Amino acid sequence: MKAINIIEGGVSVLARSDVDTDQIIPKQFLKRVERTGFGEFLFYDWAKEPGWHLPVNPILATGANFGSGSSREHAPWALEDYGFQAIVAPSFADIFYSNCTKIGLLPVVLPEDQVKALMEAGEAEINLQEQTVTFAGGVVPFDIDPEIARRLLEGLDDIGITLEQQHLIDAYEAERERSGPVTTSL
Amino acid sequence: MPKNLFEKIWERHEVAPSLIYIDLHLVHEVTSPQAFESLRMKERTLRRPDRTLATADHNVPTDGSTTAQQIKDHLSRKQVEVLEQNCAEFGVPIHSIGSDQQGIVHVIGPELRVTQPGMTIVCGDSHTSTHGAFAALAFGIGTSEVEHVLATQTLQQKKPASMRVNYEGELGFGVTAKDLILGTIGQLGTSGAQGYVVEYAGAPIRALSMEGRMTICNMSIEWGGRAGMVAVDDTTLAWFDDAPEEWREFTSDDDASFDREETVDASALSPQVTWGTTPGHVAPVDGAVPEPSTESEERALVYMDLEPGRAIEEIELDTVFIGSCTNSRIGDLRAAAEVVKGRKVSRDIRAMVVPGSAQVKIQAEKEGLDEVFRDAGFDWRSAGCSMCLGMNPDTLQPGERCASTSNRNFEGRQGKGGRTHLVSPQMAAAAAVEGRFVDIRGWGE
Ligand code: SF4
Repeated sequence: MKAINIIEGGVSVLARSDVDTDQIIPKQFLKRVERTGFGEFLFYDWAKEPGWHLPVNPILATGANFGSGSSREHAPWALEDYGFQAIVAPSFADIFYSNCTKIGLLPVVLPEDQVKALMEAGEAEINLQEQTVTFAGGVVPFDIDPEIARRLLEGLDDIGITLEQQHLIDAYEAERERSGPVTTSL
Repeated sequence: MPKNLFEKIWERHEVAPSLIYIDLHLVHEVTSPQAFESLRMKERTLRRPDRTLATADHNVPTDGSTTAQQIKDHLSRKQVEVLEQNCAEFGVPIHSIGSDQQGIVHVIGPELRVTQPGMTIVCGDSHTSTHGAFAALAFGIGTSEVEHVLATQTLQQKKPASMRVNYEGELGFGVTAKDLILGTIGQLGTSGAQGYVVEYAGAPIRALSMEGRMTICNMSIEWGGRAGMVAVDDTTLAWFDDAPEEWREFTSDDDASFDREETVDASALSPQVTWGTTPGHVAPVDGAVPEPSTESEERALVYMDLEPGRAIEEIELDTVFIGSCTNSRIGDLRAAAEVVKGRKVSRDIRAMVVPGSAQVKIQAEKEGLDEVFRDAGFDWRSAGCSMCLGMNPDTLQPGERCASTSNRNFEGRQGKGGRTHLVSPQMAAAAAVEGRFVDIRGWGE
């Protein structure tokens, strides 16, 4: 994962709430076994609606409960492949939020009125180190778990970090692991 | 100190702060190929194949095909084949298409008895919460996390908050577990459980079968829950042949506390029908489509082609789908068969039953349920996710209106332009007979 810190530029607006991952990337594209190339299918059905306008920008500002529904990581892959580097919303669905942080797509939670102001401003600078969003409306702080922020800032590989603690996993398995069920003996 | 069920399981699995051990990792064809590929590229091994189990469910046709090679859709075939190859290469046991243990991942876990109390269970699928019915901590993860679990058998997780929903009263005649959870989501909202592991408790939950409890836990994610759980009791233990007595400890202590508690009156609930495009857009069957109060509700009504004030019982249907990890177990099929027995599917309704697993299908056929459904005019299919998300050929056409026992009524979920109404198996069966929604409580007497 590549390290991120400052994300600046235009803001694309999707003024809808409860946007589920079925809309972000519809099922027919989940059949691919690759990790890349999902961007062209982003919001595949909505993109055909008259008046649809979602320019490629570093930042996407959108409504509450963004990314609800299916756990498909294809949704953040598609958003990132399309060109977004950060998503700003009043709230996110849990699994989607976590999936974004695993691939270096920065989810930013701001109060609803600030998201609206950001949408109007049209441009912003997000500083992860400082945990601020700066736009015409001012400088707004946001919260992020310090451990997640550190991983994003340093571009760390989660699996690599865990494997450094392999001795703890070995010890857990030796001392505390439950005895079953064993799937290989079914 | 008294502990709640979630805390007990969490503590037992903490390898290090925010690193938890995973007892069972379920794998399916859609969310795993990129994870296996990445392992291969980084030359990492799969730590515990003996704690991993795979099946093919999302893509499989339900036409009775028994090998991946028979799948006509090129991409679907490739995905199932890639799963089979990955499992062979990494030594993961798999029940693929054609196996008599194949089925929807959340149906086969409990069926094979690999879902057990006190476990941590993950799968690259949001409805993994289903397994929480057995007092397990079970939740969905993304593909990067699937890779993490394959490589380390652990997951990096912040400890979520805990919530208990206390149900009071009792479910009335014709009101099912599905109605209980839809009613809960209607009352508490589609993001009401965001950030929480939810324990469902109270007499109405204790009175449910394991299948009913799975239906409830399954839909935890539809109101944002990280996971759903039900404490162990006699009903839980009776699911297993030799359940150890120690499993009884997987309950919340009497004076355990939760970060949040909610109360829902089960007696007040009618059979529920969704009218919009989130599971929270729900009304009692004897009610009507409400006035929209938000932009998202307005959009939903346009999409669903419904107007405020329309009685739910006046909504006419084109299709009925009985299946999915929410309601495709033998108890669901028995309940639906009871309703259609000796009756006929209305006019030109397209009605289908898709058992949740090969085992459910075998059992249903032993009991003659397939005959009951076929005689009534239902299509009797083979096991898989099928029209729950339409990755296989079972899809809705644009504008087609469907009563579905699945869990998501999102735009286009069952097929582009399709209109989904979520209901219980009994309500879906009665709707197939009448061609519109009917209140199961007073129907057919
Ligand atoms: S039945 Fe539907 S909800 Fe369940 S696992 Fe399959 S696609 Fe997902």
